[in-house]
Formats: sequence, structure tokens, C-alpha cells
Amino acid sequence: MISLAGRDILHAWGKFIFTGVGLGLLIGVTLTMAGVYRGMVDDANVLLDNSGADLWVVQQDTLGPYAESSSIYDDTYRGILGMSGVARAANVTYLTMQVRQLGDGKARDVRAMVVGITPDGPCHPGQPGYLVDGRHLTRGHYEAVADIATGFALGDHIQIRRNEYTVVGLTRRMVSSGGDPMVFIPLKDAQEAQFLKDNDAIVRQRARTEQNPALNRPGVPGLLDAVIASQSTNPSVNAVLVQIEPGADPDAVAEPIRRWKRLTVYTRAQMQDILIAKLIATSAKQIGMFLVILAIVSAAIVAFIIYTLTMGKIREIAVLKLIGTKNRTIAAMILQEAVALGLIGFVVGKISATFWAPIFPKYVLLEPGDALRGFVAVVVICVLASVLAIRAALKVDPAEAIGG
Amino acid sequence: MKKFLSTHGRTLALAGVLVLLLGLLAYVFLRAGPLAPVPVTLATVESREITPALFGIGTVEARYTHKIGPTFAGRIKRVEVQPGDHVKTGQLLGEMDPVDLDDKIGAQDAALKRAEASVLAVEAQIQEVNARKSFAETQAKRYEQLLVVRAVSEEAVEAKRQELQIAQASLSAARANLEASRQELARVRAERDGLIRQRANLRLVSPVDGLVTRRDADPGTTVIAGQAVVEVVEPGSIWINVRFDQQRALGLRAELPAQIVLRSQAGEPRAGRVSRIEPHADTVTDEVLAKVAFHQRPQTLPPIGELAEVTVALAAQKSMPVVPNASVQRVDGRLGVWVIEDGSLRFAPVKTGATDLEGRVQILQGLSDGERVVVYSQKALDAHSRIKIVDRILGKSS
Repeated sequence: MISLAGRDILHAWGKFIFTGVGLGLLIGVTLTMAGVYRGMVDDANVLLDNSGADLWVVQQDTLGPYAESSSIYDDTYRGILGMSGVARAANVTYLTMQVRQLGDGKARDVRAMVVGITPDGPCHPGQPGYLVDGRHLTRGHYEAVADIATGFALGDHIQIRRNEYTVVGLTRRMVSSGGDPMVFIPLKDAQEAQFLKDNDAIVRQRARTEQNPALNRPGVPGLLDAVIASQSTNPSVNAVLVQIEPGADPDAVAEPIRRWKRLTVYTRAQMQDILIAKLIATSAKQIGMFLVILAIVSAAIVAFIIYTLTMGKIREIAVLKLIGTKNRTIAAMILQEAVALGLIGFVVGKISATFWAPIFPKYVLLEPGDALRGFVAVVVICVLASVLAIRAALKVDPAEAIGG
Repeated sequence: MKKFLSTHGRTLALAGVLVLLLGLLAYVFLRAGPLAPVPVTLATVESREITPALFGIGTVEARYTHKIGPTFAGRIKRVEVQPGDHVKTGQLLGEMDPVDLDDKIGAQDAALKRAEASVLAVEAQIQEVNARKSFAETQAKRYEQLLVVRAVSEEAVEAKRQELQIAQASLSAARANLEASRQELARVRAERDGLIRQRANLRLVSPVDGLVTRRDADPGTTVIAGQAVVEVVEPGSIWINVRFDQQRALGLRAELPAQIVLRSQAGEPRAGRVSRIEPHADTVTDEVLAKVAFHQRPQTLPPIGELAEVTVALAAQKSMPVVPNASVQRVDGRLGVWVIEDGSLRFAPVKTGATDLEGRVQILQGLSDGERVVVYSQKALDAHSRIKIVDRILGKSS
């Protein structure tokens, strides 16, 4: 028995393929939008992963360090190191800012999250987990490890506030929850960068202090110097990242720190909740809403295309009926064509989404699960659409083949 | 026949398109999805000596800083020097307003003259008394002789003897007067000297050959006792006060060679030497403090307080297996490296030792020479990751 669908597709194969490709591009956009949404969530998750922490110790009653600002003294970590179950603890600072690349013809600004880490030994909490080039920080000052998304290369000089840093290592997928690439610098420099601002601001701050009669008294030489010196130190960090002993229960380790150190401690699950439920909630919902609408619109367009494709062949169907073709055969033909169109569309969509996803400035995560769901959805929509078309086709009067 | 060919052609074309699509799909699934292999680069573990080094930053400081100011509160009369001036030992830098000190010295001058005159007067008095005494002696002697021949009365002789005694007493009194006048003269002279010293103390002089680095107050300013007006440093005593992270400071000691890069002369390192490690560490910043001196004094004195980067080479470590620090990972709380064995990954826990500034880490335990370890990877690895070994992960351009 010859395949009616096959013959029909072969009859107008160009039209069929182009319709499929068009449909595929639409499906590709939908898949990409799902990827954008997944990418946002993934950005939040990799932020947690690449900090390498099991617990986040932050200022009391804040949602820091990612969702809110948090400030604790930089010697707090010593007390935490002494708590039971704590394997390693390290200070960390986060500051989202413009990082300026220096050099002739290369000068430009990059928005980045500057992370201050303690360059103590390999794999200390806060350090990037893996590199794609270069090395980790070894000096305590003026070195940087950057995410490749910043566009920096090894040996580049970048300026963060008042100091110049040399890029010594490159890493990948180290981003803030907002998708800004990270630049890792030594903690002491980062503390200074967070506090000291630029030279102009420092000079103005000094002038302001000098004009304050309470701080600049004629009879007390040295007071002004002492005040200015105390203004230009910053003993704060944003959080302490804690790695716990293997096998220890995060909650059991966190509880004594909360109780006795009077700090807020988040476990990984809580931090994930903060990031996904609070920090990126609105923008994720925004994208999610758009995704839903896009999916509905795509489904509608797929259905219309199949319906109109069938309607375009209504005369041929009438002829088929006239020569006594069974309804089942006609229905099978329409169904097979619809599903074939859907399959081509899905394949084109998946391919196109995969090829254009890396071009996006922010991360687009195409999950196999999403692809599978998309595949099922495409097939189901095609089947439903073909049901409509089949109903219309079967209702056609064979007489139309002659009379029309 | 034509129709057949045409159908056949169309089938071929359609099949071609479908095969192309399926091929692309397969490529997409195998290269971009979770099934895609992770590009990694490898390094071979090899034993070598590493020379750990210590990197710290510090500021240019002078070993000796002389802050010169008055010892009494007062107003500045003049300041003779400006920052940057070279001064000699004993050179006048400035002077405080003496207010009434000169008048007091004038008064003391007058008092001194008066005391001197009074000494002269008393001396004259002594001469006079001496004259009177010698006359009285002569008279007394003569009357004694006259009494022997009974030419005068006893009473007259008594009177002459009394006159002599009075003259002697007058002489003693006059001598005592002279002593008092001399003491008074000494007192007045001492007081005057004291005032002159005080006056000299108002002059601000440099205690050393050096460079004026600050001028904190100008003429007319009232300063309190001990407040610095001018600061002088000895250019030869310039050194760098460096802070090193305690974590890496093992092996830091005096006399180690160091390299100093001044911020204003970045790229031009100067040779130096660790002079001493401070007995006190900084408890707030967890840093060890050290002083690093230049081998050769810079031609132009770097500004005091300029930032300097100091790299101290520590003693070379004995040859041991070494890997790049990018290859060391922490998996499930254990430190280790990913070793390639027969094309598959194995996590080898290691114990790390010293590191150098180029990012090489000694492996004390867990690896041996010749093993191939993963250095860079496109993403975090686990034991089931499929890998693809490449030369570099990033293109040549970056």
C-alpha cells in the first residue's frame, strides 16, 4: 500500500519543508525563552555553587550577602573557625561595579561583580572552583581572576577603584545572580575598593573632616590625623563562607553560630530559597509569563498552519472521497502529515535554539527535560490540530471536487 | 519515466534534508547537551624545585624621623626652611617669638652690672677699713709704748685698743660683704645665662644632616609644647615598611634578598634586603610586619609614604612532584586532583605543600611523577564526566 501522506508530502516537498522550518524557528524561540528562564535560575544556583560554601554567615537579621547588603567585622571568621563542625571559614566581599580595562585601544568598562577572596591555599571557600586558563591568585594584592564573559584576557590590566590589577587567571560560569561576570581579587584590596572609593572622594572626605570644628581643634594637634586615619580603614566584609566537616549536618553547625555569635546563618537550601524566591522572583516571573504566552501563541500558530495546510488540499481530499477512499485513510494522511511537520519543526527548533543560545549575552540553559517537554507538547498540539483539520476534511462534500 | 525520475528526485531531496536535520540534531545532542564531553587540558606531574616567594605591600618610611618643635607653648616668629630643603646639623630651621625674654635678659644685664659695681664698692670699703685698721694698729702700738714710760693714761690706751678692735671687726664685716656681693654677682650671672639659654631654646635647629619633609606651621601660628613645626628625615635611613600575609610568611627572616617595586616606578624593580622582622605582628589585619632596606639608595628620594610592592624570595624547596594550582580541586570536602587513567577520570586526594608565585603547588602525598592531571576544564568535573582532551580551552585569540 502506498503512503498517501508520503505521496502528498513529496508532491509539495518544498512547501512542506519551508513550513516546517518556519514552524521550527518559532519552536526554537519558545525553547530559547525557556532556556532564558532556566538560565536565570541557573545563574542563581551557580552563584551558590561557585562560592563553595555550605553555610553563609551574615549580619544579623539581613538576607545578605546577595539579596541584601550585609556587613560584619573581618575578624568574625576566627570565632566561627572555632565552632564545632566548621572545617574552613573565609571572609568574602561582593561589590557590583564597573571594572575598567586599561591599555591602548582596549579601554572599556565592564559591569562585573568584584569578589574579594582570601587567597589562602588551594580551594579555600570563595575561590573559583575551576579555571580555563592561567592560575589562581597567589599574591595578596593586585591580581585578578576573571570570568571569560568579561572579555578580559590573561595579562590584561584592569582598574578597580584606585588600583590596577593584572588578570592572572580565567574562569567560566562564575556569575552573580544578575548574570554579571565575576572578577576575583584579594580580600584586602576588595575591602579597600569597597570603602576607599576614588581619590577625589577621599580628598573631599578629608576636607569635610577638616571643616568639622569638633574634629579639627586648634589645641589638639594630631586629632585630625587620627580621625582621618580611622576614616580610611574598613574592617568589614560582607559575609563569612563556611565549609563544614564532611558528614556534619549544616543545620546543627549553623544553630550554635546563630545563637552564640548573634549572626544570621543560611544553609544552602535557605540561600537557594532567598535567591530564587526573593531575589530573582519578579524577573523570573516576568520571563516565565512571557514564556507561557509564547508557548500558547506557538501552539495556536502550529494549529492554524496545519489547519490551513489541510484546507488548502480540500479539493484533492474531495477527489479522494469521490474515488471511494476510506475516511480512515484520509484521517491517517492528515495526522501523519501534521506529526511529520511537528517533528521537522521540533528538530529545526532544537537545532536553531542550540546554535543561537551561546550568542546571548546572558546565560541560556537548554535543558534536555525542557526539550522533551517541548517535543511532547509539539506532538500533542499537532495531533489536536490535525483532529480539527480531519473533522473539516471529513465533512467535505465529494461533489465539491467536481462542482467547486 | 520523467515522472518517475521527478518523484525519485524529490524523495532523494526530502531524504537529504531530513538526514541533514537528523545529523544536526545528533550533533546538537552530543556536543551541546549534558552528553557533550567536557574539554579539559592536561599537565604531567613532574618533580622540580620551587622557590616560594612572598609578596607584600608596604610604604616608604624613614628609619629616623625628627619632629622639631618648641618645648614651650608660644608663637612662631619665623620658619626658615621649606619641605625639600637639605639642612645641616645645627642649622637654624626657625625661631619662636621670645615675647619678653629679651627684656628680661636686659634687666638681668643691668642687675649684673649693678652686682659688679657693688663688688667694686665693697672692695673699696675693705681698702678703707684696712687703712683704718692699720692706723688703729699703729696708734695702739704707740700708746702701748707710751704707757710703758707712763706718758699716757691707761684709759687712753684702752681707747686705742678698742679702736683697733672696731677696725678689725669692720674689716671682717667688709670681707663678708665682699663675699655676699660676689655671690650675688654669680647669682645674677647664672640667672642671665639661664635666660640666654631659654632664648636659645626658642631657636629650632636641626639635630642631623637631613631633608626637610614637612613644615607644619607658619610664622604667627601658636603651637603648644611638643608640637612639631618642622620634620627632618635622614635620607640614608629610607626603608620600606612591608606587610606580609601571615599565612604564607613561613621562612621569612632577616637578610633575605628582596625586590622592591615603587608604585611610581612600576616595572623597575630595585634590589633590597630584609632588615628585620618586627617582633609585633598586626593583630587586626593578620599580617607580619617587616622592614626592607634598599641595597642602593635611590638617586632621588622616593616620597615618604609611597606605596611599594616587595617580593621576597624564600629558600628553594627540595625537588618534589609539582602541579599547577588550577588543577587542585575540592570534592566532597577533600582536596585532590583529577587524574587521567586509561582515558577516564579518577579523583586522587592529595596533600599540598609549598606554593610559589607562579602558581605551582608541591604535592606532598597522593601523586607521583608522570601522572597526567587535569588543569583546566570547561566546567566542574565529576567522576562520570566525559572528557575531551584539548590543548587550550580558549581560542588563540584570548
